[in-house]
Amino acid sequence: MSYAYYPGCSLKSSGKPYEASLFKVFEAVGLSLDEIADWNCCGATSYTSVDDMKAYALAARNLAIAERDGDGGVDLVAPCAACYLVLSKAQHYMKDNAAIGEGIAKGLGSVGLRYEGRVRVRHPLDVLINDVGVEKIAQAVKKPLGGLKVACYYGCQIVRPYSTFDDQHQPTSMERLLGAAGAEIVDWPLKTRCCGGSLIGTIQEAGLRLGYILLKEAKKRGADVLVTACPLCQFNLECFQDRMSKEFDDRVDINVAFFTQVLASALGASDKEVGFDRLLKWDPPKPVGAEGGSHARA
Amino acid sequence: MDDWQGWRRIKYESQLDPGFAGVVTAIPGGEKLLECIQCGTCSGTCPLSSYMDHTPRKIIAMTRAGFKDEVLHSRTIWVCASCYSCTVECPKQIPITDVMYALKREALRKGVHPKRFAAPVMAGEFVRAVEKYGRNSETWISLWLYLKTQPWKLLKFARLGPRLILKGRMGLGHESIKNKAELRALLRAVERTAPDADGVLAGRAKGAS
Amino acid sequence: MPAPESNGGPKVGVYVCHCGLNIAGKVDIDQTVEFAKTLPFVTVAREYKFMCSDPGQEMIQQDIRDGLINRVVVASCSPLMHEGTFRRATAGADLNPFYFQMASIREHVSWVTADGEAATEKSKALIAGAVRRVVFHAPLEKKRVPVNPDVLIVGAGIAGIHAALNIADAGKHVYLVERESTIGGHMAKFDKTFPTLDCAACILTPKMSQVRSHPNITMWTYSDVIGVEGFIGNFKARVRRRPRYVDEDLCVGCLECIEACVYKQAKVRDEWNEGLGKRKPIYIPFPQATPLVVVVDPEECIWFKTGKCKKPCVDACERKAMDFDQTEEIKEIEIGSIILATGFKTFDASRIAQYGYGKYPNVYTSLEVERLVNASGPTGGEVLLRDGTKPKSVAIVHCVGSRDEKTNKWCSKVCCMYSLKLAHLVKERTGAEIYNFYIDMRTPGKGYDEFYAKLLKEGVHFIRGRVAEINDWAIKPEEEGKLVIRAEDTLIGAVRRIPVDMVVLSVGMEPQSDAEEVRRLFNISCGGEGWFTERHPKLAPVSTFTDGVFLAGACQGPKDIPDSVAQAGAAAAEVLSLIDRGGVELEPNSAYIDEESCSGCRTCMALCPFSAISFVADKGVASVNEALCKGCGTCVAACPSAAAQQHLFTDEQVFAEIQGVLDYV
Repeated sequence: MSYAYYPGCSLKSSGKPYEASLFKVFEAVGLSLDEIADWNCCGATSYTSVDDMKAYALAARNLAIAERDGDGGVDLVAPCAACYLVLSKAQHYMKDNAAIGEGIAKGLGSVGLRYEGRVRVRHPLDVLINDVGVEKIAQAVKKPLGGLKVACYYGCQIVRPYSTFDDQHQPTSMERLLGAAGAEIVDWPLKTRCCGGSLIGTIQEAGLRLGYILLKEAKKRGADVLVTACPLCQFNLECFQDRMSKEFDDRVDINVAFFTQVLASALGASDKEVGFDRLLKWDPPKPVGAEGGSHARA
Repeated sequence: MDDWQGWRRIKYESQLDPGFAGVVTAIPGGEKLLECIQCGTCSGTCPLSSYMDHTPRKIIAMTRAGFKDEVLHSRTIWVCASCYSCTVECPKQIPITDVMYALKREALRKGVHPKRFAAPVMAGEFVRAVEKYGRNSETWISLWLYLKTQPWKLLKFARLGPRLILKGRMGLGHESIKNKAELRALLRAVERTAPDADGVLAGRAKGAS
Repeated sequence: MPAPESNGGPKVGVYVCHCGLNIAGKVDIDQTVEFAKTLPFVTVAREYKFMCSDPGQEMIQQDIRDGLINRVVVASCSPLMHEGTFRRATAGADLNPFYFQMASIREHVSWVTADGEAATEKSKALIAGAVRRVVFHAPLEKKRVPVNPDVLIVGAGIAGIHAALNIADAGKHVYLVERESTIGGHMAKFDKTFPTLDCAACILTPKMSQVRSHPNITMWTYSDVIGVEGFIGNFKARVRRRPRYVDEDLCVGCLECIEACVYKQAKVRDEWNEGLGKRKPIYIPFPQATPLVVVVDPEECIWFKTGKCKKPCVDACERKAMDFDQTEEIKEIEIGSIILATGFKTFDASRIAQYGYGKYPNVYTSLEVERLVNASGPTGGEVLLRDGTKPKSVAIVHCVGSRDEKTNKWCSKVCCMYSLKLAHLVKERTGAEIYNFYIDMRTPGKGYDEFYAKLLKEGVHFIRGRVAEINDWAIKPEEEGKLVIRAEDTLIGAVRRIPVDMVVLSVGMEPQSDAEEVRRLFNISCGGEGWFTERHPKLAPVSTFTDGVFLAGACQGPKDIPDSVAQAGAAAAEVLSLIDRGGVELEPNSAYIDEESCSGCRTCMALCPFSAISFVADKGVASVNEALCKGCGTCVAACPSAAAQQHLFTDEQVFAEIQGVLDYV
C-alpha cells in the first residue's frame, strides 16, 4: 500500500536520518511513500507571524497537488510535526471559516489549482499505530531492542491543538510501537512539553533551558535514549548538549534519535540505512539493531 | 528604583486604543477573547512564560482594554513558541496561540518590535527565502539571522556547523521548487499585506520605536 | 355556514386590547375594530387599553348582561397569560366560560414584527379565525378530580428527608424511596458543614432517626422507582425493593454477622468511603446508617459466587434475620404528588489528565478528603497520605470540572465554600501549609465571606490562579519527591511552582448519571446540561411543567445545604397546598366517541398512552374514560372514521378557525 508523502524542508537536511529511517520502517511493514511533486515549504510557524492567508495558501498548494495526483481520498504522510500541524490547521480553517476558505479557493483558482478537502493529513505514528497495528509491528521485529530504556518525546505540534490519533496529555503511540519492538519504556511527565522550537536560534537562552529541562529529566529517569518525532525537536535536543551542559553546569548527555531510527533498526535495517552515523552522538549501552553493534563515532 | 525623577504610573483613557481588540476579534475564534475570565491557566502552562515581560493572561487583558503600545512592544509575542499548550488548556477555549500570531502580524505591520529581537528578523528571513525559492534552507536562514542580529554569536556555532555539514545534515545549497512562478502568483493573490511595506517583511531588521 | 343550535344563534363580541403600547404601538386598533364589525355573527366590537383590567372585564360582562352577545373573542396577549382571566370574566356574567376564544395579537403579532402594516393584517386574520371558531363552541364543564393525599418522595438526602418530615408532620402519608442502602445522601459523608463548622452527622442523624420512626413515613431504602403513570392527584408508581438478603424487620444492627463473615479481612472496595477503605461482602455503609440493617453484596459474597460457604453469618444472627432466599419485591403505590430529590454526583477528576488524579497516589478529590476528615471514615478522622504519614503541605485546587468549556461550563456554587472548609479542617488536623488555588472566591451566603476572612486569618495561602499542571517533575531541591503545582499567581503577577505533599481537587457538581432516564420516567424535562427543569427559574423553582411533580435540592441545579432545605420546604408546601385543595380542576379537553360513527376498529385503544379507552362489547364501540383521559388528541388524529373527537378542539372548530384565517388572507 502506498501513501503520499510530504517531507518538508527539514527532512531534506537536518532531518535526513528521519526520512531515511522512516522509509525503512514503512518498507519493513509493506508500505511505501510517494513524494508529492514540486511541494513547497509549509511555512512552519514563521509565515503565520507575517501573513496568515499566505500561510494557508502555502499549505493549500501542497494539499491541492496531493489531491490532484492521488486518486479519490488521499492519505498524505507528513513526518515533521510542524508541517503536520500547518497542513492540518490550514485544512480546518479553510473548511470551517467561509472567508478563509473562499479566499484560498480563489487564490488557488487563479493559478489553476483547486482543493476539495479530500486529503487526510497523517503522521507516521498514526499510520503505524492505526493502519499497521502493534501486532504486525511486533511480528516484523527481527532484532528486538532487548530492554533498551527509551523515553518517548512527542513535543507539541503532533498532539496540540488537534488530537486525532493519540491522547493530548498522555499520548502512548510511540511507547506502544517501541514497546512492541522490545524497548523498556521510561515513563516521564514531560513528554509533551515544548522543546523551544525555533527559539534555539532567536532567544537562545530560552531554547537552551527548555531543551535542558527535557534532557535532564529523561536522564534522571534512567533513559538510555530519548526518541522524538519532529526534526526540530531532535535537532534542539541533540546538537546543543555541550552548550547546555556548560550553561547550566550540569552534564546532560543522552542519546537522542528519531523514533523511526530505533524502530527501523529493530525491524532489521542496518545502522547506515537508518542514519545512526549521521547523528553527532550515538552510543547506547546495548546493541541496537541488525548488526549487533551501533556505536557511532561521536 | 533609584531615579524617581519623572517616574509615575497611571493610564489615562486617552492613551488607550479602544478598538485595538479588533485586531484579535477578527481572527477565527478571536471573539472569544472577550470571554476571558483571567484565570491565568495560559500563563501557568506556558513553558516560556518565565521569559515574558507580560504573561499571556496579561497580554489578553491589555489587548481587551486597549493598551496597544504595551502589547505591540512586548517581548511576549515574540517569545511565544507556538506550542499550543495555552490553547488546549484555556477553559474558555480562546485560541491564544492564534491571538499571539495576530499580534505578531500587527506588530510587523506597524513596524515595531523590541530592538535587536531575533524572532521578527527570522520571520522576515524565512518569508524571503520561501518567496524566492519556494523552499527553505536551514543553513542560510540561520546564517542570515545571526548576521543581521548578533554576528559574533556565529563564532559559537563555528564547531557545530561544519560537523553537521560533514554528517550531511546541513547543506550549503538552496533547495528550490520548479514552479516558482505559480507559487508567487498564488501568494500575491491571497496576501493581506504587500511585501516591503515596512521593510521588516523583506527581512531588514527594524528597531523598536 | 351552519349555525349551532345553542342559546339562540351566535352573537359574537370582539374586544381588541391595546395592552398599553405593547399592541397599539404596532397594530392599528381602530382599523382592526372596524374590520371585526364586518365579520359574520359579530354584534359588538370594542377596544380598550387594558382588557384584563377590571373595567375591561366589566365591559365584556355588561354586554353579556345586556343580551348583546353570547360569544366572546378577546384579541390581546396569550392564553397562558389571560385565558383564565377572560374565562372567569365570562363566567362572572353567567355565560359558560368556554364560549370564550382568544386571539393572540401580542405574542404572535406585535412582539414578533417591527412592521405595523403586517401586524395589522395578521391581527385581522387571527381575529377572523377566532370569530369563526367561537361560533362552534359548546358549553363545557371543568371536571374535578380528587387528589390522593399520599406523597412519593424520590431520594432521601437532606432535601428528601426535610420534605418528607414536613409533609408527614402535617399528617399526610409519605413513601420515601432511596436507592442506596441508607438514607442521608451526600451530607452523611461530610464531617463538618460550612460556614458554622456544625458537625454534619449531629444535625443530620436526628432527622434521619425521625424519618425512621415517623408513623407517616414508609421508608424504602435499597429501592428504585421503575414505573410511573397517571396525572396530578392520581399517580400510580411501581417501586422495586432490591434484596439485601436480610430481613429488615428482624435485623437490629448488632453487626455480629459482619464479624462472623468468612472474610476475616475486608477486601471489597468500599464505595461509601470513596474507595479509600475496604469492606466485607456483608456490610453496613457507616455506623449511623439508617435503617441500621446489614446488606449482603451478591457480587462479592462467596455464597452467591460459588454456592460453597458455611454461612457463619446466619448462625451468628440471634434474630434469625439472614435470608439468602430473599428476592426483589415490586410494590405498587398510589399517590397524588411526587417530589424528586435525587441529588447530584461529583465530577470525575480523571477527565482532567493534567491534574494527575489516578496517576499520582496523593492526588485526592474533595469527597475523598471529606471521608478522611470524618471520624467514622477509613482513617478515623486523620488526614493521611497513602503511605500513612501526615502531609506537611497541601494544595486545594478550585474549579475542577467547573467553569470549563471542555468539561462543565457552570459554576458549581459550593466548591469555594467547601474548599475553605477543607482548608480549615486539614490545617487543624495536620498543621500543614495549605494553598488554595482559585479563580474567584465565591462566598455569597450568610456568614460566608466572614468564613473566608477567618481562613485568611488562619494563615492559609490563597493564590489567585487556576492550576495549569500538577506533576512530579522537580527542578529545585525543595521539589524532590513532591507533587509540584505550576500556576500563575495573577494578583502578584508571577508564575509560581509550589511543591506539596498532597493535592485536593475541588470537584464540581454534576447531574446524576441516570438523570435522563429518571426524567423520562417522571415525564419532566431536563435542561441541556442535565439538571431537571423547573417551571420558572425565578418564580417557580420547585415545580415542573408536569403538574403534580415537584423538585427539591441539587437535582434542580448545584446548591448548598441551606438552599436544598429551603427548596425541600417549598416543595413540601406546594404539595400540602395541592392536597389541601382536595381536588384539581382539569381542562375539559377530553376526547369522546361519537357512537354513530364508531366502527369498533379499536385503533384508538392501542394508541392511547393513558389506557383511557375501553371497548363496549355489546354496542361494538369504543368509550373514553373521562377521568383518565388527558386530552392528548392521539385517538382523535388516528380515528379513521372521525368518530373520536375532542372537546375544545372539534374538527368543526378547528376547520372553522383555519377557514376564517384563509378567507381573510
